[in-house]
Amino acid sequence: MFVAKDLAPLVPELFVAVSAMVLLLYGVFAKGNPTRTVVWASVLVLVVALVLVWQVPAGRQAVLSGMFVTDSFTAVMKSLVLIGSAVSLVLSVGFIRQEEMERFEFPVLLLLATVGMMMMVSANDLISLYVGLELQSLALYVVAAFRRDSERSTEAGLKYFVLGALSSGMLLYGASLIYGFAGSTNFTDLAKLFAGGHGHVSVGLVVGIVFLAAGLAFKVSAVPFHMWTPDVYEGAPTAVTAFFASAPKVAAMALFVRAIISPFGALVAEWQQIIILLAGASMLLGAFAAIWQKNIKRLMAYSSIGHVGFALVGLAAGTSEGVRGVVVYMAVYLAMTLGTFACILAMRQKNGLVEGIDDLAGLARTQPGMAFALAVFMFSLAGVPPLAGFFGKFYVFMAAINAKLYVLSVIGVLSSVVGAFYYLRIVKIMYFDAPGEPFLHPMPRELGVVAAVASLFTLLFVVFPMPILNGAAMAAKALFP
Amino acid sequence: MIVQAIAFYLFAAVTVGSAFLVITAKNPVHSVLFLILAFFNAAALFVLMGAEFIAMILVIVYVGAVAVLFLFVVMMLDINFVELRQGFQQYLPFGLLIGAILLVELILILAGSIAAPDALAPAASPAPSLDQVTNTHALGAVLYTKYIYLFQGAGLVLLVAMIGAIVLTHRKREGVKKQDSFAQFARRREEAVELKKVEPGQGIQ
Repeated sequence: MFVAKDLAPLVPELFVAVSAMVLLLYGVFAKGNPTRTVVWASVLVLVVALVLVWQVPAGRQAVLSGMFVTDSFTAVMKSLVLIGSAVSLVLSVGFIRQEEMERFEFPVLLLLATVGMMMMVSANDLISLYVGLELQSLALYVVAAFRRDSERSTEAGLKYFVLGALSSGMLLYGASLIYGFAGSTNFTDLAKLFAGGHGHVSVGLVVGIVFLAAGLAFKVSAVPFHMWTPDVYEGAPTAVTAFFASAPKVAAMALFVRAIISPFGALVAEWQQIIILLAGASMLLGAFAAIWQKNIKRLMAYSSIGHVGFALVGLAAGTSEGVRGVVVYMAVYLAMTLGTFACILAMRQKNGLVEGIDDLAGLARTQPGMAFALAVFMFSLAGVPPLAGFFGKFYVFMAAINAKLYVLSVIGVLSSVVGAFYYLRIVKIMYFDAPGEPFLHPMPRELGVVAAVASLFTLLFVVFPMPILNGAAMAAKALFP
Repeated sequence: MIVQAIAFYLFAAVTVGSAFLVITAKNPVHSVLFLILAFFNAAALFVLMGAEFIAMILVIVYVGAVAVLFLFVVMMLDINFVELRQGFQQYLPFGLLIGAILLVELILILAGSIAAPDALAPAASPAPSLDQVTNTHALGAVLYTKYIYLFQGAGLVLLVAMIGAIVLTHRKREGVKKQDSFAQFARRREEAVELKKVEPGQGIQ
């Protein structure tokens, strides 16, 4: 039985879901093309939801027979997700108009995907985890194939769909094994069961955890479950790629952290090796495979694989400090990625959007502002000191070293050195190569604002790191009662 | 008891046999018909287990909707099944080998481990025992109370699936005549009917 009090923690989700349905109805019945209105209304909805997230009753609340949980971890992660979704929507405004994707279902689907992500972040049960994940994934499959007349877009959608279904199958198989060997799907019950130590751990349960981790690794695109990422990122419309690289990554990482730490926190020894392998392999592949890329969207795909690896280093530590590192990393990653994609979306020549890295040649002479912003993001993605990206890496590696994961830390530092090569190559092409065909001047206003805010965040993080660090520490504490 | 055992083996054998025929039948329409047979027998197995609700759902959803949809697709689309099957024999040994290895591994792992004794306590069924209520009633009692969150979440997933199907397939086509009932009602007599006076022997010009 539930009462109205039980619904208080759900208010942000309910608000976004109901707004999505209202906007859908409005879009169906409105005269003319309502897309512009619906997009900006959706951005407003996400901003209001961001406020509502901080209005839910404080402290840990597990409601609806323990399937839905809110605490400071969910508040922080949901804020990142909502910011990511809202900014991606803003970035898509000009793109969907110019690329003939202007249909009001697009923002509605992004809103519903955001509901799914919020459900993922708040999941406290293997079943609610799965329902949230499917809600998000299904909406993402559709938006990946949104330009159905483009062969690459439909290929991206289909590939994502088939591999996503496969990964959901693995995840469900793992969940069923865990249920079979532990007797519950609820994270709180599972945590109670394992609190006593290793007495209750059977081989079947460990196999279940492995399958669960494999399914989740698919969703965050960690090596060796990354194959879909470059093709989907390259094929999907660029505004959709910007969305894929931001909010869903944060939500999937939050889900990964909660689904591993919350029920199985006491069993670090059982799952640590899996995460170490995922993290190490992702960092190495992200560093080496990106070197030969010529398409900037594909490069960002490999870069995101590498960054997932760095974030997983924090999870591999299995400590509160490590989780704090993951949250800081995801916040910084979100800003850098959104800023980079704002610049990529501004790469428009006379004949339409271009995606080649060589097209950036001599950008510093034609558009110094955009070149500077992109250079800031590239230095930050590479992890060059005073910028935000460095601090993201710093906190996860500090946690890893305190947890005695020396080899993993060394791999991480080495692969970030290798990764710096291709990030800095972009800076070199922009600043030292002869200019090619210039991009259409000026940068659309909304893209310029996003790039400017993101680069300010990246530059000034060193001066004002405390809000993010405190928020992350508060979030991490919620997972380790 | 003996009747039940005979019924079980009959239904189980027909299920497995028809499932095998689904993948071996040459004609895709036959495959779908065997699939329907397999569904019906699986439903009978559920009835034997006392799960009459799932049995009925299986018949209604899978036979009534899914299998008919399959039949529809198979007949509507011109798929060359002979071409799809090419290479089947070539891949068969390899596929069987991988399947067998995976099966053996899983059996070894799962047979060798047992659930912790006190792990089963949280799994105790929340529903009352079957001799007190029918299982339709028991499911209904928890579906909209304990599991309302998941029920609504699944509803949202279906909404997204519906929007997605419309977005990806619906397109505005030129030159399609549509009935507009408001325009029809709004028409007045003067716009639609014209009275002509016909002179004898001249006709209408």
